Amino acid sequence: MSSIAVKKGFASTVWEYLTTVDHKKIAHLYLGAGGFFFLLGGIEAMFIRIQLMKPQNNFVNEQLFNEIMTMHGTTMIFLAAMPLLFAFMNAVVPLQIGARDVAFPFLNALGFWLFFWGGIFLNLSWFLGGAPDAGWTSYASLSLRSEGHGIDFYTLGIQISGFGTLMSGINFLATIITMRAPGMSFMRMPLFTWTTFIASSLILMAFPPLTISIFFLMFDRLFGSAFFDVTMGGNTIIWEHFFWIFGHPEVYILILPAFGIFSEIIPTFSRKRLFGYSSMVFATILIGFLGFMVWAHHMFTTGLGNVANAIFAVATMAIAVPTGIKIFNWLFTMWGGSIKISVPMLYALGFIPSFVMGGVTGVMQAAAPLDYQLHDTYFIVAHFHYVIIGGVVFAILAATHFYWPKMFGKMLSEKLGYVTFAFFFVGFHMTFFVQHFLGLMGMPRRVATFLPNQGFDLYNFISSMGAFFMAIGVIVLLVNVVVTSLKKERVGNDPWQDGRTMEWALSSPPVYYNFKQIPLVRGQDTWWIEKMEGKDELTPSEPLQDIHMPNNSIIPFFIALGLFIAAFGAMYNPLNSVGDGHPMGTVVLILGLALMFGSMLVRSIRDDLGYYIPKEDIENDAKGGKVS
Amino acid sequence: MNLLDQKFTPQTWPEHPETATHEGKNKFIGFWLFLAGETVLFASLFATYLALKDSVPNSEHALAADIYSLELVFIMTAILLTSSLTSVYAIYHMRNYNFKQMQLWFFITVLLGASFLALEIYEFNHYVHHYNFTFSSSAFSSAYYTLVGTHGAHVCFGLGWILALIFRNQKRGLNLYNAPKYYVASLYWHFIDVVWVFIFTVVYLMGILG
Amino acid sequence: MNNHELKAQYEYRKRKSAEGMKNQFISFILMIFLTLVAFLAVGYDGFPKTFVIPIILLLACVQVIFQLYYFMHASEKGHGMVMLFMYSAIFVAFITVLCFMTIIWW
Repeated sequence: MSSIAVKKGFASTVWEYLTTVDHKKIAHLYLGAGGFFFLLGGIEAMFIRIQLMKPQNNFVNEQLFNEIMTMHGTTMIFLAAMPLLFAFMNAVVPLQIGARDVAFPFLNALGFWLFFWGGIFLNLSWFLGGAPDAGWTSYASLSLRSEGHGIDFYTLGIQISGFGTLMSGINFLATIITMRAPGMSFMRMPLFTWTTFIASSLILMAFPPLTISIFFLMFDRLFGSAFFDVTMGGNTIIWEHFFWIFGHPEVYILILPAFGIFSEIIPTFSRKRLFGYSSMVFATILIGFLGFMVWAHHMFTTGLGNVANAIFAVATMAIAVPTGIKIFNWLFTMWGGSIKISVPMLYALGFIPSFVMGGVTGVMQAAAPLDYQLHDTYFIVAHFHYVIIGGVVFAILAATHFYWPKMFGKMLSEKLGYVTFAFFFVGFHMTFFVQHFLGLMGMPRRVATFLPNQGFDLYNFISSMGAFFMAIGVIVLLVNVVVTSLKKERVGNDPWQDGRTMEWALSSPPVYYNFKQIPLVRGQDTWWIEKMEGKDELTPSEPLQDIHMPNNSIIPFFIALGLFIAAFGAMYNPLNSVGDGHPMGTVVLILGLALMFGSMLVRSIRDDLGYYIPKEDIENDAKGGKVS
Repeated sequence: MNLLDQKFTPQTWPEHPETATHEGKNKFIGFWLFLAGETVLFASLFATYLALKDSVPNSEHALAADIYSLELVFIMTAILLTSSLTSVYAIYHMRNYNFKQMQLWFFITVLLGASFLALEIYEFNHYVHHYNFTFSSSAFSSAYYTLVGTHGAHVCFGLGWILALIFRNQKRGLNLYNAPKYYVASLYWHFIDVVWVFIFTVVYLMGILG
Repeated sequence: MNNHELKAQYEYRKRKSAEGMKNQFISFILMIFLTLVAFLAVGYDGFPKTFVIPIILLLACVQVIFQLYYFMHASEKGHGMVMLFMYSAIFVAFITVLCFMTIIWW
């Protein structure tokens, strides 16, 4: 087997992607599926802004608006932002630590397919009687009373994709703990790997509470339990707490990898090592730690009492300290560097002020008394879009440009990239800056419309116009992707010329076994050190030898499919509270679970020892059969 | 080269077969991480149980102090603790490259686990029929059945897992491919016991205290 | 390594793991004993609730430490990282339970 790019048929390419366990191909899958859901969520966002463009608009009715608004939030967080970050983690982290794959390639594939089927399940709600309509937070008192199956699609879909996320989290943790190349100590790890590590540990600790609370909601709605039913002794505050015990770490799960991406981009284009590496690592860990002690700041108005509110307010404000350390470190990295402006660097430059603005409004809300005023207004909407778009989406777009050549071997057009950036950046600030004022003037969030002449008209109109700018930016990016994939020209190992970490020492895209020989890491910014010594490849840590690789498998696909089928069974089981249950539901539930557990059993009974690539083939590849 | 074909004697068998290969080490680390996640998962169930304990719609519903019985829970605890010891024996024999003994002790573990599960089913059945204490009768009962039932489901899964290992490897003996599998299965089994320690303390003993 | 050395090492290992097994058996006896104490403390009517509850929780924690360090071999080499994660998880678990015992009402 050699890695020479042979023209493959369509069917065999599809089969390859269905069965792949290669982290680089799984990265493609995450990027494709995450990108698809990002577009869906974007369309939903446009519908929201069109509806709110003018007072008393009736572009959509209230029910549909609630559904769109709920699906926008849920899709963007669970099905777009996280998977897109997983795409880059998958593509880059094993390369950055000098590994041939992740610790559990099979689990990696399973994680993707669970996410995928969960996302599909959630979105099928549009065609099967209506989408969830209780907000992405789905507070139990409201979601228990929601009519139809919308909320059931939410619980089951998020549950399935949540299992996938949890698996990926464990996988990255194990990979970073056990698969680092010789010499790659923890304090030599690139920042993106570090932030992946911390974000993964947050996933490990934060997703179980979500799993549990979603089970409660699902049991309440589908199997007749009484966790949240106050008349039966239940308590809806339990949902709120669990949701935010998960939900707050979740925003750090999103933002930390974004920080990591910018910590790669800024030194690369400042051509200077990252300022304050160890304080960056420390700040990342501290943010992760504090992230677990602040969840109740989402619940100041619930009435937890002054003591609880004060504790959580102080803890929340404390997070500004490590975040500030990071901001200053990025600024100092650029200071005195020889800065080269490129598309990724532009996003990084745009990110710093945008994110600081989102951070400052965050500290404002941390003051509990002020939060009573701001709670559930557009100020909150403005705040979290500033941190999530200004932080996470900018990072995703930056990484798309930055890592595209490494993932696909072709450079995205710089020119179109600048156009995207201009539209997106301007549009973003136009959309959300004015929403601060809307919030301060008292416009509540999650309303389907508003009355004229209350001072909301103009700002809402500006906001909607901004949304169109962002949409144009995204469309240009899509055009860019299409144009680029039609291009013939391929790039070399280090297309930005200033790559610092090990992924830039490999061909673009890397051969399927990544490293001919596992490298020896002689310091932080490994590839930069080698380049400075005039070498054009990494120092190997082992002689050339046969390489052990994992086998492809279709089983992950079937395990996830089994759960997907079981979810339909659970939804239409005879006990469900909607009242359209059917005995067949139970049968389908059992069949789906049987498919899942059966596939797992097959997996554990069949030996999967992987295979070896003989030394000769690797030498052959290295001699020029290589893709680049 | 092939992990299945490598032959060992008790002398050449590694001291820690579970982490002797790269795959084994990954499995070992990954499984402990999974257990960390499970810790938070069960903590969430415990927290809910504590918040909803004795939270019933009216005074006709059974409360914790009314239904639990010390004797049954003590027997269940003793059985599960013993099964933890037997799986330690199994791992002891695995490390000494004594396949037959390992299989035997794992099988005893399974038997003990199955009897624990039988007692739990009896217990649930008893609650339903004598106290009308069902999954949907109150928030308290929902929280109780979800916590203890999730533990029971873990026991059930563990039984299936260990049995599958025992039957799959019966003919071919111990090697560095299946040693890590046995090891993590035993870790899982111990973890089930750890959870049970808190269940009998927090749910049953504190429940009886009222 | 020659045969002789191998054998000596094997004997040493065997003795060591027999020693370990003895410790595990002792910890099992202790665990059964602790369980008995907890059940008896609850079964006996003379003690006040406020006294018994902390005691049985403490006994549970001791048992879990036995489980982790003897039965699950957490004291052996190479467990540093995983125990760090276990303790982080225990920390999060503790915070969650604390929250649900203090700031949930109705």
